[in-house]
Amino acid sequence: MNFFSLLGRGFLKVLSDCGGIFLFFLKSLIYSFFPPYRVKLLIKHMEFIGVKSWLVVILTSLFSGMVTAYQVNIALAKVGSQSILGGVVALTLTRELGPVLTAVVVIARAGSAISAELGSMRITEQIDALKIMAVNPIQYLISPRLWAAILVLPLLTAISDFVGIAGGYVVGTFLLHIDPGLLTARMVDMVELKDIMSGIIKSIFFGAYLVTVCGYKGYYASGGAEGVGRATTEAVVISTVGILVVDYILTTLIF
Amino acid sequence: MITIKDLKKSFNGLEVLKGVNLTIPDGKITFIMGQSGTGKSVLLKHIVGLLKPDSGEIWFENKDITKLSEKELQKIRRKIGFLFQEGALFDSMTVKENIIFPLKEHFKMSKAEMEKIAEELLSAVDLLSAKNKYPSELSGGMKKRAALARTLALRPQVVLFDEPTTGLDPILQVSILELIKNLKEKYNLTCIIVSHDINLAFKFSDYIAFLHGGVIIEVGTPEEIKASNNEFVKKFIESALL
Repeated sequence: MNFFSLLGRGFLKVLSDCGGIFLFFLKSLIYSFFPPYRVKLLIKHMEFIGVKSWLVVILTSLFSGMVTAYQVNIALAKVGSQSILGGVVALTLTRELGPVLTAVVVIARAGSAISAELGSMRITEQIDALKIMAVNPIQYLISPRLWAAILVLPLLTAISDFVGIAGGYVVGTFLLHIDPGLLTARMVDMVELKDIMSGIIKSIFFGAYLVTVCGYKGYYASGGAEGVGRATTEAVVISTVGILVVDYILTTLIF
Repeated sequence: MITIKDLKKSFNGLEVLKGVNLTIPDGKITFIMGQSGTGKSVLLKHIVGLLKPDSGEIWFENKDITKLSEKELQKIRRKIGFLFQEGALFDSMTVKENIIFPLKEHFKMSKAEMEKIAEELLSAVDLLSAKNKYPSELSGGMKKRAALARTLALRPQVVLFDEPTTGLDPILQVSILELIKNLKEKYNLTCIIVSHDINLAFKFSDYIAFLHGGVIIEVGTPEEIKASNNEFVKKFIESALL
């Protein structure tokens, strides 16, 4: 097989995956508007994706906020603008780092689990069993997870923003000895509501995206235990890289 | 009655079913026999609409299953149960929860009513003592019996069994098939069983169909099959008796 043939096949595979993922998302969304409404499952998945992720989100955001403050201070010191440290850190966190880090943490913790669980259900014919019992598997398995992520990611992002900024504040005040009043004042001056909201709105897209990709990969897994492992790896890689692509597109087009 | 007409199916260019014609009579146990990898399970999955054929028809209650939309298939599937080879029990639920699941999805019943039905079904398959166990805690035979109870929860008219005795010891094989026969009488079921154990087929079937080379080569009662002149059928029976 020559180079161009391989390239063509790869390209077709990517196109087919993109189309499949988009249709999978549409089905999950549309089915969720039809009864039966699975409120208990929604709450269960909100707990799994949200409540069980908050500690990891807090730890990640805290240290990211702290290191961001430290690094930004080095750059600002070169132009003598350390006074705006609080504002820069808060802007970075609310617009970019908060939503992206939260999404990556949720992919690692919950996205991989979703993919592995669905993959295991696929190879043990549990998804076929749902069909046989006249239950729509996408509506039962994916739709509640989709809405759970859409509802929970903004909340986790808000926590991440708050904790990250607090981390930056601690480093700025106690390690870099910047006046706490100045630090806070610059945050208030420079960060507007739309900055916070842009991150929160992004996180809604990220939630929908990560559940769709991880769900799709697990739902269509094949090839036994090895296939489930492969599907989980692909789900994590594609959704993590994809989050950064989606982030760039959303930032340049909308925010 | 289920009527299969000229059913064809290929996977990646390999033709597995090459024009299957078969009629499954109501209220009887029909065994579909054949060597491993001849497409017996594929045929079964077509009957319940899990696979779409390349061409051909499957008629059930005056409807061609192969032409139905997913929504229409859902109505048919409430009448056709399917017992998967490994049971396909939901491993996040206990045995009782597995049986209650289809009831919860399709009937408006109180919790007590659902639990009563689940316990009745578990008694019927002699598994009441394991009602609170998870599938991972069950043996192969217990899993199949639990899955059978779940299949019967929706009161199907037809039950398809994908190799229900594979992987079980001879005593369990017979007990599972006796259970199927008893339940068939009790609930007036039409049973289609995919297997490659001819001895069990002779003992428990009303009809036997042989799938070979992608087509049905012989159909008949156990006595007719025993007297068959078809070379493959004769060889199959002789090999099993060795």
